[in-house]
Amino acid sequence: MALEALVLTPEDNVATAVRLLERGEKISIEEYAGTALLQDIPVGHKFALRDIEPGENIIKYGEIVGRATVTIKKGEHVHIHNVEGLRGRGDKL
Amino acid sequence: MKFMGFRRANGTVGTRNHVLVFPTVICASAVAEMISRAVPDSVVVSHPHGCGHMGVEKEHIVRSISGFCASPNIAGVLLVGLGCELITPKMIAEKLDVSGQRYEIISIQEEGGTNKTIAKGKILVKKLLKEAATAVREPVDISELIIGTNCGGSDTFSGLTANPALGHACDRLVEAGGTVLLTETPEMIGAEQVLARRAANDTVKKRIYEITAEMESLAFKAGVDIRGSEPSPGNIEGGLTTLEEKSLGAVLKGGTTMIKQVVEYAEKPTEKGLIIMDGPAHDAVCNTGMIAGGAQVIVFTTGRGTPLGAPVAPVIKVATNSRIYRHMQDNIDINAGEILDGNATIQSIGDKIFQEIIEVASGKVTKAEILGHHEFAIHSMGLSA
Repeated sequence: MALEALVLTPEDNVATAVRLLERGEKISIEEYAGTALLQDIPVGHKFALRDIEPGENIIKYGEIVGRATVTIKKGEHVHIHNVEGLRGRGDKL
Repeated sequence: MKFMGFRRANGTVGTRNHVLVFPTVICASAVAEMISRAVPDSVVVSHPHGCGHMGVEKEHIVRSISGFCASPNIAGVLLVGLGCELITPKMIAEKLDVSGQRYEIISIQEEGGTNKTIAKGKILVKKLLKEAATAVREPVDISELIIGTNCGGSDTFSGLTANPALGHACDRLVEAGGTVLLTETPEMIGAEQVLARRAANDTVKKRIYEITAEMESLAFKAGVDIRGSEPSPGNIEGGLTTLEEKSLGAVLKGGTTMIKQVVEYAEKPTEKGLIIMDGPAHDAVCNTGMIAGGAQVIVFTTGRGTPLGAPVAPVIKVATNSRIYRHMQDNIDINAGEILDGNATIQSIGDKIFQEIIEVASGKVTKAEILGHHEFAIHSMGLSA
């Protein structure tokens, strides 16, 4: 059966949409069942599995992939508008 | 397990039997192309290097060219020079003497211009082709295979489907005694800890942190956020948010085995198993470095789709999603998107890739070969006068 989204490890706080997910749609992945999407999530993009505070790490593959720049609500689109990379930041020296 | 390969006089094994026309300097590029066009069974490459390189850059280009020309996928090579260049056919020939590669050399100033060089070049290439025609495939253990891995035009599915599936194929090859090259150092930034945990020893671990720090320092020197270059605009559109995220997905393609050695760009490993090659993420540059490092077959995963091939090595293309597989069917060999569709698993696609590697190594042509893709580029350190 085709999945709607993938969560890679239990530590992850984001999931990846496997197809275009629509606002209001509810996730069927067991531990996160019932999570409603607050926005449309394009295929291949991520959404939050729980509320994330500004400055909190974004976890995917069980590893840190970046840091939230603002509060991200459960079900919200997670991408460059609310996450910054921590590596290769020559602009922050 | 065996594949059918060409055993060379120097003991190395090729998966192809090419005769290559190689200009050692840009000034000889057009003549090299004209020679190859006159003898269509040969292959030719073009590049902008060969003169003005200083110090380490010169060594680096010489190592890249001589390593590439020594590929066991090449039965013989015609080196074409101008005469007054820094990197001469003779200089490369000395390296090929050490590796035991068959070559001929020719120089435009010595021959007396374009037409005379083409006339003589044609004779030399025909001679090399005649010799190459005597080579026959024989059963060879797959432990003699060196597979180059590459990912380009990545999307978020690269790290979820095609890369872990390729990683499974790599694990199987390493278990069988073969060798896998993992390169693209910028796409290890943010995933060093994952690689370092699997380092065979402290030297390897130290080198993993060193090469990524060196690469990251480029962004520091430039005073820029690496995001925008890495991940690229296309990667970001595909859903990749940060370099760390891209890297963690990218390194999966090398598999999960112990990292035995870290080598320089275009350097031949002295160990078997999983090897890291330091180098940039530029796809064509990576392929050249891995072929120079001994790779006889390259497996290339792509989410956004790319037509890229390589001049003397077959490139197997693996799509990360079914949409791009269907959309660019003339370019892509295997569809790892079936994993998302629920029709396959990472392991089953990995097994399919492994089988394809054996078949392609034995002579099955890839889509990139059918279309005649032979993109070529050498890594430049930018130290040229």
